[in-house]
Amino acid sequence: MEVPAELEKEIDERITHYPVSKRSAVLPVLHALQHHFGYISEEAVEWAARKLELEPIKVLEVVTFYPGFRQSAPGKYHIRVCRTLSCAMAGSAELMESLCKAAKIDRSGVTHHHPIAVGEDGRFSIEFAECLASCGTGPVCMVNDDFHEKVEDAETLLSKYRD
Amino acid sequence: MSDEGKPAVEMVDVQIDGEWHQFPKGTRMIEACRQVGKEVPHYCYHPKLTSPGNCRMCLVEMGMPPRPRPGEDPPEKDENGHLPISWIPRPVIACANTVAPNMGIRTDSDLTHACRQGVMELLLINHPLDCPICDQAGECRLQEFSVEHGNGGSRFREQKVKKPKNVDIGPRIRLDDERCIMCSRCIRFTDEVADDPVLGFTDRGSHTVLTVHPGQQLANNYSLNTVDICPVGALTSNDFRFQMRVWFLKEDKSICTSCGRGCNITIGSREDEVYRLTPRENNEVNSAWMCDHGRLNFHYLNSEMRLTDPLVRGAEGHETVAWGDAIQAAADALGRCEANEIALIASGRLTNEELFMARRLASVMKTEFVDIVPRSGEADDYLLAADRNPNTNGAKLVLGLDEPGQALKDIREGMAQGRIKALVVLQENLIDDAGFTAEELGKLDFILHTYPLANPTAETADVVLPGAAFSEKRGSMINLTGRLQRLNRATDGPGQTREVWEIVRDLIQALGGGNGIYLIEDVFKQMAGEIAEFEGLTLSKIGDLGVPLLETDEKIPLLERERERVAKGIIVG
Repeated sequence: MEVPAELEKEIDERITHYPVSKRSAVLPVLHALQHHFGYISEEAVEWAARKLELEPIKVLEVVTFYPGFRQSAPGKYHIRVCRTLSCAMAGSAELMESLCKAAKIDRSGVTHHHPIAVGEDGRFSIEFAECLASCGTGPVCMVNDDFHEKVEDAETLLSKYRD
Repeated sequence: MSDEGKPAVEMVDVQIDGEWHQFPKGTRMIEACRQVGKEVPHYCYHPKLTSPGNCRMCLVEMGMPPRPRPGEDPPEKDENGHLPISWIPRPVIACANTVAPNMGIRTDSDLTHACRQGVMELLLINHPLDCPICDQAGECRLQEFSVEHGNGGSRFREQKVKKPKNVDIGPRIRLDDERCIMCSRCIRFTDEVADDPVLGFTDRGSHTVLTVHPGQQLANNYSLNTVDICPVGALTSNDFRFQMRVWFLKEDKSICTSCGRGCNITIGSREDEVYRLTPRENNEVNSAWMCDHGRLNFHYLNSEMRLTDPLVRGAEGHETVAWGDAIQAAADALGRCEANEIALIASGRLTNEELFMARRLASVMKTEFVDIVPRSGEADDYLLAADRNPNTNGAKLVLGLDEPGQALKDIREGMAQGRIKALVVLQENLIDDAGFTAEELGKLDFILHTYPLANPTAETADVVLPGAAFSEKRGSMINLTGRLQRLNRATDGPGQTREVWEIVRDLIQALGGGNGIYLIEDVFKQMAGEIAEFEGLTLSKIGDLGVPLLETDEKIPLLERERERVAKGIIVG
């Protein structure tokens, strides 16, 4: 794992926001790493630990606590389907099913500890997410940083990302 | 000790279960309760570690004097000067809170009982019901508190959470995550005491697992202490697990003899077999810990190689003889020697009493050649000391040695020149541990050797006697800090094994020097009469925690750091 100088500079800058204790910068550092690499690998955990002068296990504790941090590589486009109550009632399970079908993703290997399924071609990956904060317009999902409300047709949604 | 210069500690009145007591300000509620005999059940709290307050088992009811409303008269004190207590409707944890003036604590109220019952129910929801095959059974806090405070049955009908089992987290420890109740004692120990923070909780939530960081191991020399402080069967020792049910173990207080620290231990044995050593708290020596090196250094006690009978070299090699005959044979051979033709090599592993008898023997044999075999290793910055002899200070004091090991060179020279014709070797394997060769030992007219195990030096000896090992004898040793501590006999040695002081006593008698010694207490008494440092002491006066005897400037790194944390109020200590 090679952390580019520019990213390291950005991370160093973020750490300066926490002058009392470096360890408080663990979340911003992990966010920056995930944003760049797409997920947080074991090497990334160790890199962050060195950077913050922590034991690697302390960083791993944080990474595994937040479902927002991924420990395996997602596809080029990562879809997060909301499954909290409003969206669930509006059909998030069906949405998940149709998205998987359209993107050719097999979710049979998904467990509590491995929530992400990646399609064969690596273009799309998918997981359930908790409330994405638009309960009135369910079912909602996110594709990378794009937010989609009242999603009805999986193909229509995915066509925007088939470049 | 003088309290001069120390700030006076403010005392506060606290009511515990209806009775008023006084405690120094800053005392944790849980410690205050314990001091007056009210044990508050707990899992995560450990006086030597920080208190995260995460198990909630120590919840108690707490109250303070009512605060008057504006314009209202303050509450009146009763005839003893105590204010009335208004009880807070919600419980508080006793482990992380300190006592306050006029505080009330209820450890036996309906609310407290309901809390304990609730916490037990929560802890047991996902806990496997595998006590019959769990190594912790019999010394499991979860089991004990379940009986005392639990429900008896479970209302939980759903699937229990599945977690990793039989996880290899280090060379000496195995982890069962389903048994873990997430008290975090092991994490705090590795973090705060052993400075090797490799453990942590991942996937916090309903699937919280204790884990060692991928690619790392819990392998430090203090790792097995986590097994001791684990209140349940989550961490078990590879060495001890499945060897013996703990309720069959006889427990005897003694000290570890693997280095000069003299960590206080409990020897767990059954039917003369030692199964485990565990640390015993002594805040002047080892706090509540011991190193893995010392803890596991006992398997030789149960070895097939143990000497069981007195042996005398005959025409066809060593032959088993009666004790009296062996002693007589040794006395005959040694009696033929002139002054300074015999050298006595004792051991830093002998007790003071044994060393004292050795000193007697040296004077009966009229020899100036007396020494012990020094033994050293690498010290760590915790408890393990570089001096791997447990009683070097005793040998210096009793045998009058300035620098142990210095006379060994003279002895070897004397042997080479034929001036020294006989050796008495007490509990030392000269060939393996002191660099002697079988050849130079073979040149001697006579060698008397005592040792627990068969060994190369014994093969060169004319009389070989089975000498008791540390768990098989009573006596005292002086550790590196100058503290006099006591060993107690936990097991009987195999066969006809005898303690060295008995062997030497009989030998002195056979050499014509009667001594009227029958008991180990007699040895101590005579020693106290001859060596000023022991004056006024007896074996029983030493007690379980020892007494300071010599002034040394030795510091115990682990204790220094612990005292610092206590002074800062980080831990109770």
